[in-house]
Amino acid sequence: MALEAKNIYFRYGRKQPWILEDCTLKIDRGERLAVSAPSGYGKTTLALLLAGYLKPEKGEILLDDKPLPAKGICPVQLIYQHPEKAVNPRWRLKRVLEESGKLREDVLDAFGIERAWLDRFPRELSGGELQRFCVARALMSGADYLICDEISTMLDVITQAQIWNVVLEEADKRNMGIIAVTHNKHLAERIATRMIDLSE
Amino acid sequence: MKQKDETILEIHDLSVSFRMYDHGLEQTDLQVISDLYLTVYPGEIVAVAGSSGSGKSLLASAILGILPGNATVHGHLHYKGQELTQERQEQLRGTDIALVPQSVAFLDPLMKVGAQADGHRKPLPTDKRKSIFKRLGLPDKTEQLYPFQLSGGMARRALVSTALLTDAKLVIADEPTPGMSLEQALEALRMFREMADDGKAVILITHDLDLAFEFTDRVAVFYAGTTVETALASDFKKGPDALRHPYSQALWRALPQNGFQPVCGFQPYAGALPKGCLYAPRCPYKTAQCMDAVPPVREIRGGEVRCYYGA
Ligand SMILES: Nc1ncnc2c1ncn2[C@@H]1O[C@H](COP(=O)(O)OP(=O)(O)OP(=O)(O)O)[C@@H](O)[C@H]1O
Ligand SMILES: Nc1ncnc2c1ncn2[C@@H]1O[C@H](COP(=O)(O)OP(=O)(O)O)[C@@H](O)[C@H]1O
Ligand code: SF4
Ligand SMILES: [Mg+2]
Ligand SMILES: [Mg+2]
Repeated sequence: MALEAKNIYFRYGRKQPWILEDCTLKIDRGERLAVSAPSGYGKTTLALLLAGYLKPEKGEILLDDKPLPAKGICPVQLIYQHPEKAVNPRWRLKRVLEESGKLREDVLDAFGIERAWLDRFPRELSGGELQRFCVARALMSGADYLICDEISTMLDVITQAQIWNVVLEEADKRNMGIIAVTHNKHLAERIATRMIDLSE
Repeated sequence: MKQKDETILEIHDLSVSFRMYDHGLEQTDLQVISDLYLTVYPGEIVAVAGSSGSGKSLLASAILGILPGNATVHGHLHYKGQELTQERQEQLRGTDIALVPQSVAFLDPLMKVGAQADGHRKPLPTDKRKSIFKRLGLPDKTEQLYPFQLSGGMARRALVSTALLTDAKLVIADEPTPGMSLEQALEALRMFREMADDGKAVILITHDLDLAFEFTDRVAVFYAGTTVETALASDFKKGPDALRHPYSQALWRALPQNGFQPVCGFQPYAGALPKGCLYAPRCPYKTAQCMDAVPPVREIRGGEVRCYYGA
């Protein structure tokens, strides 16, 4: 069982340069892969492709040898680099959660999410608080693969360690695959079973 | 200690609260910042570190006078020895005091990045801007792109460039480096350092403590809306024994390279703060005294700490 990008090519428009050319990457369930590359190299683009938000121009994204399902909650969940862009700014957080799967009190507690926040709009939380909310939402979705695009850069180091501990514990329990984009090599060494640099 | 009139920014007893409307039409005031202090001298970079939701960004907004309408600010806020009134904030904003916002959503989505950084200045600072872009590793074509075409790290570098292009005496950079590669982050910090060495000042809100130690002069640590410690950056470099507050020590130990050790629990909710020390619920050293009354700020070894036992 694996998630796979097979010889994919991608560019943002016909006249634009290729961002990814003949890119291949495979991760098994239970594996944790740390991905690094310079800023602007195409990490987020690859993350969007793997989660099915973008389509490759050539090549394919395969989940257990089949294309990603077109309907329902995707078993590959992406946690965005910028939480403020990942939630509808006009919805209270309660509504955001209701749209995204089963509400799990244990996850809310593990991420220190105050119930009073759920009555607020996204702009009424701090950047780190909103990011914790987004990570919790992704875990509650029941996904088999999590793609974490620089998810802990806006957390203080204690909260960062807490959040990763919860994510890794849950990943172990559910035998999830994790792809973590990060520039922090110390962090990568802590969380990953394998590391790649896209630019090498 | 330096003379008071030398400060570029002096803040104490700052509090910020929000008027919130609950389910009914009941109003409550949620106090999210209390007894906060911070002093910044010309020529220095002060790092502000602290827990997620501890009031760092709100402090930036309070200095600039851009808090949302339902917020109330109390306390002593002085810029170059003079009170920061709403009128003065409006004058200083973007000219004397510049902000690098935490959210990349601050970029104007309809304007190309180059023109956006240049602003309405006359003459246009195009050459200077090109050289800043270059130093931060932004390719030439970036100036022709719209914000949605930028990667996260590129957007942050564009925001930093915009602030560096002003003639501000004080730059408040709210988490400017996420998304940047290590080399780019180092270059951005080097540019802030040059600014400070030039007699200006920088408040650097950051979670990248290991980088902050290298480039800043002092570190202010925030927790649950208050300042719990100010330390010399070199204290953080030395390690937990040189630090004065249990929370600062815990921050140091949670760095991935120093153990990645979490601490149980989370910062208390602003609506339900403990009566005594705000860190008491998580502090391994707490005593009955700690839970009874808020500890006062004490000066120790050239820094300050809000803890009964900090040494
Ligand atoms: N508009 C608002 N209404 C109510 N509460 C708010 C509002 N904006 C912020 N807060 C609360 O104020 C506290 C401080 O927020 P702030 O954005 O200053 O945190 P921060 O220290 O910058 O955190 P981070 O590191 O996560 O960015 C948080 O608990 C947040 O939930
Ligand atoms: N919507 C878009 N339209 C055009 N170009 C884009 C868009 N999004 C990203 N790019 C470009 O694609 C490249 C890779 O971006 P991204 O995948 O976000 O990089 P990163 O590795 O920093 O995550 C960058 O050069 C960026 O300018
Ligand atoms: S005052 Fe007491 S509870 Fe607070 S940090 Fe110091 S020892 Fe811990
Ligand atoms: Mg990215
Ligand atoms: Mg903030």
